[in-house]
Amino acid sequence: MTDAVQAASASPAAPAAPGGQALRIIARNGFPFLVVGIIWEIVARSGMFPRKLFPPLEDIASAFWRLTVSGILPHHALETLLRLIAGFALAAAVGVLIGIAMGRSRRTEDYTLPIVAMLAPIPGIAYAPLFLLWFGLGNLPAILLVAFVSTFPIIFNTWTGVKAVKEIWLRSAQAMGATDHKVFRHVILPGALPYILTGLRLGLAQAWRVLVGVEMLAAVSWGLGWLIFGAREFLNTDVMLAGVAVIGLIGLTLEKLVFQKVEDYTLVRWGMMR
Amino acid sequence: MTLTAERLRTWRRAATSIVGLLIFYELVARSGYFPAVLLPPLGKVALTLWTTVTDGTMLHHAAATLYRVLAGMTLAVIVAVPLGVLMARYKSVENFCLPLASALMPIPSLAWVPVFILWFGLGNTVAILIVFYAATFPILLNTWSGVRAVNPLWLRAAGAMGANGQSLFWKVMIPAASPFIITGIRQAFLRAWIAVIGAEFLAASDWGLGWVIFDAKEFLNADLMLASLAVIGVIGFLFERLFFGSIEKATVMRWGMVRAAKS
Repeated sequence: MTDAVQAASASPAAPAAPGGQALRIIARNGFPFLVVGIIWEIVARSGMFPRKLFPPLEDIASAFWRLTVSGILPHHALETLLRLIAGFALAAAVGVLIGIAMGRSRRTEDYTLPIVAMLAPIPGIAYAPLFLLWFGLGNLPAILLVAFVSTFPIIFNTWTGVKAVKEIWLRSAQAMGATDHKVFRHVILPGALPYILTGLRLGLAQAWRVLVGVEMLAAVSWGLGWLIFGAREFLNTDVMLAGVAVIGLIGLTLEKLVFQKVEDYTLVRWGMMR
Repeated sequence: MTLTAERLRTWRRAATSIVGLLIFYELVARSGYFPAVLLPPLGKVALTLWTTVTDGTMLHHAAATLYRVLAGMTLAVIVAVPLGVLMARYKSVENFCLPLASALMPIPSLAWVPVFILWFGLGNTVAILIVFYAATFPILLNTWSGVRAVNPLWLRAAGAMGANGQSLFWKVMIPAASPFIITGIRQAFLRAWIAVIGAEFLAASDWGLGWVIFDAKEFLNADLMLASLAVIGVIGFLFERLFFGSIEKATVMRWGMVRAAKS
């Protein structure tokens, strides 16, 4: 009862100040980072650990700034992103095609599923040394491994999505005289789309996780993973942490901007989800 | 066509496809286009697998890896489940932890490996902490949403029947949130399994399945690599199917929570 009273008295006040509301949200989200930052700073300055290994925040910030201005950090980030896009595009094309083929044809499903199910449970990064052995060092194994790893969630989700298209939609489209091509384009594809997008999202997340690891192993000349790994040799912890921060930012951006936008646009527009 | 005939056909096709793949691999391996060290014939891989399993080295490697995964997972469960419950119960904890979690989550665990190596040296600590990092977030987020999804009606009903805080927590909230928590642990295991292999590549100690693969690359022992890959796959598969399957049976299904979780 008191809850209801409080809620009633609080609710008219809330929309009165939308600016204050936004500020409050920023303050609320910023506060934990402030606390962690202060603790970090205290530990770093206490002299408990050598400054080389546990740099205070301004060292990390200045390393970040130095590397950004000189163009080194953007170059690393760009190469990593290009690799991610190349690998992921390959995986998306192959994965969606295989997934649709598996969902549409029983024969393809029977023949392909065992192979996919056999390869999928092995963590992708475990294939990395094998790929390095087969394809040499550098870009090729990194891109192929990223593609290989992110294909599996895309295949599984596309396959599920195509199979989840309701039989009655197909029949009614056919009854209304839709050709196979039209059924595919206007019924199956939109029907399976939420699943396909989920698959792409999972695939991209996996690709991102594996890419950072494989860059450390494949001795590529540019790339965020390599930046972090290389900086270890010189005990440049500030550079490493700046690199980790950039990796986190890119990961967050991929998740929030790219996929939420795509999902909002297509799913809502096609009326698959409200 | 009857159901059994259809199932038989599926199995026949599955067998055809796997045998076909193996024969294809064998043909390519024996064709001589590629050096045999890089693409060893299947017999050699099987032989390597057999000798390393029988002389115990492979088992020792697997045990080392499993130890790291289980230690890291245990740590993650101990930290993440209570924290997730607190986040769901107390708004202030949620306000504090959620922004941090969503900022740390998109950083792949492997990105921390070099940093952790500097801080903690090579060896078990790095691998365990990387596993912990990889496993914490799925458990945390799932526990959080699981406890929040507990039907308030159940809490009130139990409260009305005179349950005190503690039994409310253990008898109602934890069972009700268990499908989510177990899903979280399951997801965490998949990530941890990836993370431990990656950590073993980079923070090489003397034992561990990841380390064997990485070490075998130096000596071009592709047969040992493929054998270890098979072991990694089998262990991951067994854990996923047998271990989590039986945990689910023992808890979630016994408590009758599965239907409630699906609705």
